Amino acid sequence: MTSSPPAIEAHGLVKTFGANRAVDGVDLVVDPGTVYGLLGPNGAGKTTTVKLLATLLKPDGGEARVFGHDVASEADRVRSLISLTGQYASVDEDLTGTENLVLLSRLIGYSKPQARSRAADLLDAFGLTEAAGRQAKGYSGGMRRRLDIAASLLSTPRLLFLDEPTTGLDPRSRNQVWDIVRAVVAQGTTVLLTTQYLDEADQLASRIAVIDRGRVIAEGTKGDLKASVGLGSVHVRLRDPDRRDEAATLLTTILGSDAQRESDPVALTVRIEPGDEPGAAGTATALAADRSATALRALADAGIVVDTFSLGQPSLDEVFLALTDRPATTDEERAA
Amino acid sequence: MSTTETTPEKATATPAAESAPAPSSIARILLADPPPARPTAWSASVTFGWRAVLKIKHVPEQLFDVTLFPIMMTLMFTYLFGGALAGSTSAYLQFFLPGILVSSIAMITMYTGVSVNTDIEKGVFDRFRTLPIWRPAPMVGYLLGDLLRYLIAAVVIVSMGLVLGFRPEGGLVGVAAGVAVLLVFCFAFSWVWTMFGLLLRSEKSVMGVSMMVLMPLTFLSSTYVDPATMPSWLEAFVNVNPITLVVDCVRSLCAGTPDTGELLTVAAVSTGFVAVFGPITMRLYNRK
Repeated sequence: MTSSPPAIEAHGLVKTFGANRAVDGVDLVVDPGTVYGLLGPNGAGKTTTVKLLATLLKPDGGEARVFGHDVASEADRVRSLISLTGQYASVDEDLTGTENLVLLSRLIGYSKPQARSRAADLLDAFGLTEAAGRQAKGYSGGMRRRLDIAASLLSTPRLLFLDEPTTGLDPRSRNQVWDIVRAVVAQGTTVLLTTQYLDEADQLASRIAVIDRGRVIAEGTKGDLKASVGLGSVHVRLRDPDRRDEAATLLTTILGSDAQRESDPVALTVRIEPGDEPGAAGTATALAADRSATALRALADAGIVVDTFSLGQPSLDEVFLALTDRPATTDEERAA
Repeated sequence: MSTTETTPEKATATPAAESAPAPSSIARILLADPPPARPTAWSASVTFGWRAVLKIKHVPEQLFDVTLFPIMMTLMFTYLFGGALAGSTSAYLQFFLPGILVSSIAMITMYTGVSVNTDIEKGVFDRFRTLPIWRPAPMVGYLLGDLLRYLIAAVVIVSMGLVLGFRPEGGLVGVAAGVAVLLVFCFAFSWVWTMFGLLLRSEKSVMGVSMMVLMPLTFLSSTYVDPATMPSWLEAFVNVNPITLVVDCVRSLCAGTPDTGELLTVAAVSTGFVAVFGPITMRLYNRK
């Protein structure tokens, strides 16, 4: 082993399926002990990239190393360092929670008694003790996801792949998964996370790559990305249409971008610019809330009556629009 | 940075939520001892075999294949052919039972291909393939689990035969030896089905191809009648049919007259099946 190689280092990674270049020259460097977000719409090549890095597919071009080991020529070594929680349940739905974890513990190399106690410990830590004896097919989406992640942590991997870990989950389950990811990374495990949700990448990842049509179209810290897309937008409806221009000037000064006057004569939409605050100091959500509160107070101080005030998160669409001048819907070219 | 800072407050921020995962206990789990040495090839295979047994436990209906089908075959052919071919059903049974034992269980092996085909598409296989284990272990595990099903079928058929009047000269030891040889052969023969299970797209096509292969193999064999009664061209095929070789060997063992030549032939044929279809299966598995 060389002195602390990156957790992941990929250069010009290519994977084609027939005429479809699902992954088309991806470069990535992921530092150990961090959460790295791969952000992109369906069919952008996120899952294929994960499969290449997790040794499930062989690259057609380029190379990738995991902690310095080549994913193609040293696949077995790489497999001993990683765990994968796939986009679709990577647990056996016919087996119970306990059976799933005992099975995988045995495959990692634990003895029968060790495997049983390891399974019980993980079920307990993931709040699944009550469901331990039931078949996984009867679990709720959130429980299944937790069992899936628990299965990935049996071996304390150095690198954990989470492919869209919260897609389809309710908000509470999603928060639980986020807490788990934070706890895992706090113990030194590196996490590569794919997601379609900007706020998820923002909540968890320290660096983010935006991926589209098999290519990385933007890469950087959360701050870098925020600077390119803004923090979301404030939407207001005023009591008095005559004061709309005054309100627009005020909001532009505070939020940093031009106000859009909508066809509704009392409505205004203003994008929140990140401004001078250091990008990594808080989450984008907190920053946006802070800025919009200031804006609301300023309107009140000026005596402008506000009927509706809402804060919209920047969507993946806005990110894509900002980065590609093209919306993020690419259903017609979905990859495997 | 910010992720580590938020952990403690988040730990207290999820208090009353029933059965929610606790980040602090997750941290404890991750601080466990370094992972153990990877399992041996045998241990990993047996673990996958255990998975197959658990599936039988959770879906016991799948045992219909291995119980009802052999009972049906044994009853049908004993009474259909018994009088005509040997004068009486009990006389025919002494010849026929070892044969139908082999043919029925050879027929059942095709379900291996069906279960590989349906199982391999599930997400859990992505996880298995990212484990640092002996690569063929999941496939060998299937076959080990299937050995249990074959054994159940064998017990059903032999018990059935005993009830109907089968009285093997070789006694319990002879029959047990015959079943053991049969299980070894079926383990080897099943690699044909793991290959088809991985090669073909749908469960239906696996069934179709399996029947096309198995019908001639089991019927054009020494299972039902003595090959000496057949036209010479057919006899020539029947005599090299692997099913015939196994039937003859099991028949001798049940009769208490084991034949070293037959045993060596079955061993060679079994080795051949694994040597040819094992690597093809693994190539397909690695490419899935």
